[in-house]
Amino acid sequence: MTPIHSPLPGTFYRSSAPDKPPFKADGDAVALGDVIGLIEVMKSFHEVKSEVAGSNIRFETENEEPVMAGAVLAQVE
Amino acid sequence: MLRKLLVANRGEIAVRVIRAARDLGIATVAVYSDADRESLHVQIADEAVHIGPPAAKKSYLNVANILKAATDTGCDSVHPGYGFLAENADFADACAATGLVFVGPSGDAIRTMGDKVAARSAAHAAGVPVVPGSMGRVADIDAARHILIDTGFPVMIKAAAGGGGRGIRIANDLAEFEAAFPQAAAEALAAFGDGGLYMEKVIAKARHIEVQVLGDGRDAVHCYERECSLQRRRQKVWEEAPSRALSNRIRDELCTSAVRLTRAVGYSGAGTIEYLYDDEADRFYFIEMNTRIQVEHPVTEMITGIDLVAEMLRIAGGEPLRLRQSDIVVRGHAIEVRLNAEDPSRDFAPFPGTVSTLRVPGGPGVRFESMLYAGYTVPPFYDSLLAKLVVHAETREAAITRLVRALSETRIEGLRTTKPLFLALADDLAVQANAVHTRWLEGWLETHAARLVPELEP
Repeated sequence: MTPIHSPLPGTFYRSSAPDKPPFKADGDAVALGDVIGLIEVMKSFHEVKSEVAGSNIRFETENEEPVMAGAVLAQVE
Repeated sequence: MLRKLLVANRGEIAVRVIRAARDLGIATVAVYSDADRESLHVQIADEAVHIGPPAAKKSYLNVANILKAATDTGCDSVHPGYGFLAENADFADACAATGLVFVGPSGDAIRTMGDKVAARSAAHAAGVPVVPGSMGRVADIDAARHILIDTGFPVMIKAAAGGGGRGIRIANDLAEFEAAFPQAAAEALAAFGDGGLYMEKVIAKARHIEVQVLGDGRDAVHCYERECSLQRRRQKVWEEAPSRALSNRIRDELCTSAVRLTRAVGYSGAGTIEYLYDDEADRFYFIEMNTRIQVEHPVTEMITGIDLVAEMLRIAGGEPLRLRQSDIVVRGHAIEVRLNAEDPSRDFAPFPGTVSTLRVPGGPGVRFESMLYAGYTVPPFYDSLLAKLVVHAETREAAITRLVRALSETRIEGLRTTKPLFLALADDLAVQANAVHTRWLEGWLETHAARLVPELEP
């Protein structure tokens, strides 16, 4: 398993808006550069792009959960 | 007089309100989220109550928790600051229903002035010039075509339920307009649950001028104007008072119109009436009223000597206005700049972190409104405002010189801040001549932003 870290401190979101589906569901495959979520930092939103490719993504951070920089957001195989 | 005040906010404005209350002998209760346990407002208030997790909607926007904190601590009043619940009419009503004095206008006044169409109608009825456009919601595209005779092109189509720059479309000719109008209605319905639209002429090169008012529900006075034309993405970054752009005749008309509107809506508390001023036409137009204390209120305090937050607390405590219009006089010139935790050389990317060393500017005519202290960690969950540096001097030229002096004394180590932006602006000839408008800064940044690299000490 390889972790995907949060590049910034802030609030993690799994979808682009509350009424939108998540960028990735648990079990999805991930390509290099895929957006897996957003981090809100001081009212601005930043995409979290995967720096690894793999399969069967498992999220370790919940939607709307506060995170520190470097926190593990998800693991991929 | 109020006895005990809950401050329903955080950051520099919570600190500002606590200071004003304590100066009046009013006891204070701070509230804080998990992310703000170490915050200055928590340290300097008489008491502090935890109200929830970091996410604002679970803490600073959590009405039930805030009202419970107020009643549990025996408060008789709540000051909302700015942002969060400050312009939430239902919160003002909920305070009243709980037996708490809301430091601000009534829920109904917030509702009227918060609805863009109702506010525009109220301004028109009070004889305040509004931007040429529809006098309310536009029924359909046939009605819209008639309004185009007054507005010409370009014209803005705005969602009645929108705000903060959202729900706006601009059409440059009739073909664009006829395509955009139905799209805007559908979008407004989807985004706001209300497809209502109104129309306004686009004023291409306008200044943002706003008038500070105080009302006690019966009478009202103004505390002159501020100019906030230097904006980025509709956010003010540099504000001053008075405006150098106005003649005495226009200043008098503008401020008098603001008092008329404040009286007409039976306004109570501190408020700001915002206008666009078109230099070439020498005309001003109402845009909106903000029913709260504003971020940039200190520039008005510096030129008038009035403590606006203290006046809000006195009015909320039931005192009639203490100041007659003739008591309020302008002395000198004041400038405020907003030091944000942002890197101006990287498209103003936010930069939360820990303040390792702090050197605060001082000396004559300098005021530093902030919640910072050495060792404080700026949380990533709220806005990026770290400090407002406010300077006052006899003239605008002397105020700019003093601003540069005070900025050069300021050191906020460990973070990147917008300080380089203000040093560069103070050095710019257009800023020095006040030859600016609300879109000027965005154009200037296209050529200057890359050079605004913040110093970053480890």
